[in-house]
Amino acid sequence: MQELLQHLINALILGSTYALLGIGLTLIFGIMRVVNFTHGELYAFGAYAIFFLESSLGVNFFAAIVIAVVAGCALGALIEYVLLRPLQTADIDTTMLVMIGAWIVMQNTELLYWGGVSKAVPTPFPEEPLQLGPVFVSWLRIFVLIVGTALIIGTYLLIDHTKLGKAMRATFQDPATAALMGVNIKGIYTATFALGSGLAAAAGALLGPVFLVTPTMGDLASLKAFAIVILGGLGNITGATLGGFILAFVEELGAGYISSGYRDAMGFLIIIVVMLFRPTGLFRQAERIG
Amino acid sequence: MKQIATLALAGLLAGGAFSAATAQETIKIGVLEPLTGPFAASGTYVMNGAKIAADQINAKGGVLGKKLELIIEDNKSNPTEAASVAEKLMVRDKVPVLMGAWGSSLTLAVMPKLMEYKVPMLVETSSSGKITTSGNPYIFRISPPSAIEAVAFAKIVDKLHIKKADFLVINNDWGLGTAQDFGKMFQEHGIKVGMVERMDQAAQDMSAQLSKFKSSDADTLIITSAVEQLTLVFKQAAALGLKKQFITTGGSQNPDQLIDQAGTAVNGTMHLTTFAPWVPEVTPDPEATKWFIGEWKKRGFHFAGVTESFRGYDGIRTIAAAIEKAGKAEPEAIRAAMWQLDITGLNGKIKFTKQGPAGKESGQSIPTVYLIKIEDGKVVVPKL
Repeated sequence: MQELLQHLINALILGSTYALLGIGLTLIFGIMRVVNFTHGELYAFGAYAIFFLESSLGVNFFAAIVIAVVAGCALGALIEYVLLRPLQTADIDTTMLVMIGAWIVMQNTELLYWGGVSKAVPTPFPEEPLQLGPVFVSWLRIFVLIVGTALIIGTYLLIDHTKLGKAMRATFQDPATAALMGVNIKGIYTATFALGSGLAAAAGALLGPVFLVTPTMGDLASLKAFAIVILGGLGNITGATLGGFILAFVEELGAGYISSGYRDAMGFLIIIVVMLFRPTGLFRQAERIG
Repeated sequence: MKQIATLALAGLLAGGAFSAATAQETIKIGVLEPLTGPFAASGTYVMNGAKIAADQINAKGGVLGKKLELIIEDNKSNPTEAASVAEKLMVRDKVPVLMGAWGSSLTLAVMPKLMEYKVPMLVETSSSGKITTSGNPYIFRISPPSAIEAVAFAKIVDKLHIKKADFLVINNDWGLGTAQDFGKMFQEHGIKVGMVERMDQAAQDMSAQLSKFKSSDADTLIITSAVEQLTLVFKQAAALGLKKQFITTGGSQNPDQLIDQAGTAVNGTMHLTTFAPWVPEVTPDPEATKWFIGEWKKRGFHFAGVTESFRGYDGIRTIAAAIEKAGKAEPEAIRAAMWQLDITGLNGKIKFTKQGPAGKESGQSIPTVYLIKIEDGKVVVPKL
């Protein structure tokens, strides 16, 4: 029982960051129809940003997270403006190739600048864990859970209750009609990519201090984000949120009770099952074609 | 346009001619290490140790009147990549001898290529038993396989009063081999072996495995992995309130880096290492050890890397000694000369004994193994 509780709390915390990663990716795909291969690198960028700000510039931990997220948004907007805007009429293959190129360039830039040796990010939280009955949780992870959840709720509010969100949803439904209604589609694309990138950078800035910061950290994050998005249904934000939590619970319980050697395989096993029985993902409504 | 192409071609040809000219003046040694990926820290340290050895030898006039030239390739912590860069080194650079490939799975991936091109390789770090027992006559290893580590540990294991031990090992040839060899040794000493949990080499979150150990009645946890993953394991074990006797194996712990990056979470942990730079006077060649540590610091590298980089240093010195003895830089002559070596490395005698099936034995040198402990952020050698 005690072990199960510990597994559940571990999964809950992990799930909140998986959800952040998934939402960012699914937003971009849903609205822009772009498969964003730089997603994992934006995650790594967030982690390196907090490391750089804290270790080299002496910025406070909390301020560094905020700056890292803002910088992630800015980098996302830049990628959209420079690489994707000229490709709006190009087919999906061309866009995909450009994004793969950007991914390679970003990863190697991190490697060139910071080297291959991993970096640890210092945090102001005590190393002694918080004990809740039989369960132990580190303060840092509680902080990650709170901020992660706040960001997920914030994204929901933004999309459901603001004018920008309304314009994004309109673009998602039908870009041509939205444009006729006076929505600035180009602006929406930039905003969407910036938002998605900011969420990835936030996940990186939150998890960098929990784990270690390395140039290849984005690869695994990318892989998981794609898994979450496929699990939840492409372009479905609720699906990505739940998908993130499902993946975390499956991994944690699979490693805890089945085999730790296949921890990362568990998630992909679930995806195969979902693809077999619900090819559009768990939460996606059937789509009318034509 | 055509002119530019011709110019470029001429440039390429000139470049080729240039490298052919330098090839006559230097002796090439291929070095393949993980410079990126999960083992980047360790591989980079080994590479820097190798460079110190080459520079030291070259400063004294080189080998056979020629300078040593290290051709360094990144195997990206990936076995597929390791095999292909090894092939590149042997085919395109025509190196007569290699050093690498750090990890057991990386080395095992390279081994068939050595047979194919008949080039010897000095293995500086890998510890899977399979490497020297599978019948590859081109393998010469200076690091201890997990079985030798287990034998060395057997001499002190009774004093640690272990009743039951669990294992948390990296899910590859290195980790699984360690769990097997140490498990066998424990049973011979009347120590019960509990769970064997595995972690993927790239895994960052080991909370699930560590949560399982919390409900285990074992008093000791044996952990096998490299420094990056060990850092995460200790941080996460502390965060979960897991309190046991932790002992790590494999010699890639870089204790000072652990102290730097995991802080108080590593206090009280014990580590089996193959070098003791904290107490140079107990090492087999104190003068050489002090010089090496001094040079390492002079180059501005982190002291933590010394426990790893000394292997690169010893590896290149061993190769240089073999080339010297062979009298020529040719693969077969170097391979034959390896068997005649009897030199003192930073970690004891380097003298290869035969292992594996008769007729195609691999060489294995037996280094010293130390048990160290971290107390209050300092490395100490416990008296047992």
